Amino acid sequence: MAASLLEIRGITKKFGGITALSDVSFSIAEGAIFGLIGPNGAGKTTLFNVLTGLYNHDEGTFNFQGRLLHGMTPDRIAAIGIARTFQNIRLFGNLSAIENVMIGRHVRTSANVLGAILRNAATRTEEAAIQKRAHELLDFVSIGHRANELAKHLSYGDQRRLEIARALATDPKVLALDEPAAGMNATEKTALRKLLESIRAQGITILLIEHDVKLVMGLCDRIAVLDYGKKIAEGTPAEVQRDARVIEAYLGVAATQAVSN
Amino acid sequence: MSDLGARKHPAIFWIGTALVAFALLALPFVLAMAGTAWVRITNLAALYVLLSLGLNIVVGFAGLLDLGYIAFYAVGAYVYALLASPHFNLHLPFWVILPIGAAVACLFGVLLGAPTLKLRGDYLAIVTLGFGEIIRIFLNNLSEPINITNGPKGLATIDPIRIAGLDLSDTTQMGGLLFSGPIKYYYFLLAVLLAVIVINLRLQNSRIGRAWEAIREDELAARAMGINTRNMKLLAFAMGASFGGVAGGMFSAIQGFISPESFILTESVMVLSMVVLGGMGNIRGVILGAILLSFVPEILRYTVEPVQQMLFGRMLIDPEVIRMLLFGLAMVVMMLFRPAGILPSAVRRRELARVED
Repeated sequence: MAASLLEIRGITKKFGGITALSDVSFSIAEGAIFGLIGPNGAGKTTLFNVLTGLYNHDEGTFNFQGRLLHGMTPDRIAAIGIARTFQNIRLFGNLSAIENVMIGRHVRTSANVLGAILRNAATRTEEAAIQKRAHELLDFVSIGHRANELAKHLSYGDQRRLEIARALATDPKVLALDEPAAGMNATEKTALRKLLESIRAQGITILLIEHDVKLVMGLCDRIAVLDYGKKIAEGTPAEVQRDARVIEAYLGVAATQAVSN
Repeated sequence: MSDLGARKHPAIFWIGTALVAFALLALPFVLAMAGTAWVRITNLAALYVLLSLGLNIVVGFAGLLDLGYIAFYAVGAYVYALLASPHFNLHLPFWVILPIGAAVACLFGVLLGAPTLKLRGDYLAIVTLGFGEIIRIFLNNLSEPINITNGPKGLATIDPIRIAGLDLSDTTQMGGLLFSGPIKYYYFLLAVLLAVIVINLRLQNSRIGRAWEAIREDELAARAMGINTRNMKLLAFAMGASFGGVAGGMFSAIQGFISPESFILTESVMVLSMVVLGGMGNIRGVILGAILLSFVPEILRYTVEPVQQMLFGRMLIDPEVIRMLLFGLAMVVMMLFRPAGILPSAVRRRELARVED
């Protein structure tokens, strides 16, 4: 396997008396699709939130290409190459789809107030490049024809795709997707799977939270399983599927016995 | 926006622009026929448009509710008055003072913005409201022990704006036309306003403007997309405040007299109403809102009394009361039927032509 891009070591996060994450460690290889699964409330989204700087974690380190992310603000983390989507879709609803993606380019562009006011050659060139890239990304996630529609008027599946396009606009090295298939039908899930594979083909590493077991098992190179804030298993999809503790977490003790019998 | 229109229908666009330009140039002479007071009212309306456009950056673009915006107007006005009046016996030219006024107001904008970065909505509104009052009370009381602002008595005989020896406040004859003071100020304000509108349009359709809109829509998502929300919010406060400062400086020069009375909370509320009525975030809407709310009360002032005399033969209700009643009614009707403003920005469709086409 390729060298690891993101090393997560001993991450602990407490909310008051509740330990949402307890000593979670795993590492993600460059170019991989890494799955993060677990029952509701297992701490998957919390891990995303501490990774992307929305919360500060209490213990542990995130080592991204040799850099520690501790204390970085979310915008810095986006700038060094970790982009995310949200479980409960957080688009800029009153802006058009294309504007949403153009906002994603913010972190890779540099026009300042003076440039905006004077609209000099450099700014115009940059602006044209932003629009071009935004249209390419909308086409890439197959919603190019909806570019001028307000984000809130898009269908649920298209909103999920738009969130991915917006995250891709930040030129991430790691794309963290929080339940991208939630609420999608079978056809949409197949299309999503193709999309994620083509993102990976561009060399972007994907960290994926997903409940759809079929999708995760078919897509991921490696999977970590969280339960009650602890990592209970890690391995290839086949290994994880056989793991007694995973079966127990998902199906209960009786099922474990049934399987072992 | 305008250049897109030009591309589609060049002839219509240019004829339209020429007509509007002609109308704007001829307007003060038409108004002067009805009385110079109307030119003055128009000038005041232009200042309100300027203020509304400044506040629109903070409220409309970045979504930060500011109830103390008039404080920046006050700062700009006092900077001008102190640097161009007998009070300190300083008489700097306007093109020196206006940038200083903008810079000082900008500094105050950052001073207000920095401690309120984590506040939103109601809480931010309360703090900014307090800030506006603090500035006004300071201006009212900074006459002792050292007399800086001359307290409630205000500052008088403020220098008018002079451009290349041309005093904008008195009457001059040029090419057979008589240009009164207000008419000259009208043209000056028109020029400033055009520049500010262009700046606003360009800001809105820029990387900076989009970042502000992202913050307005969803601050957390904006941060996760790599926008430094702290800097962008401070920038919005600073830009908005600068426009307020420039408007204040011109107010000082045009009026020739200012006192803390001119910068009361009602004024902040008025400017905010203009932004909300016209349509937050939409530059055209905001301009329309400011013009409507500046003119309608004045028109009412001149019509309420004669209409009552005609209908009832005597004055039943004081014009002032009717104005406020109608104002309140207009606001209620607006909230019911067009809650997003007369020209809301949400439904606008930016026709971003595909680049590769």
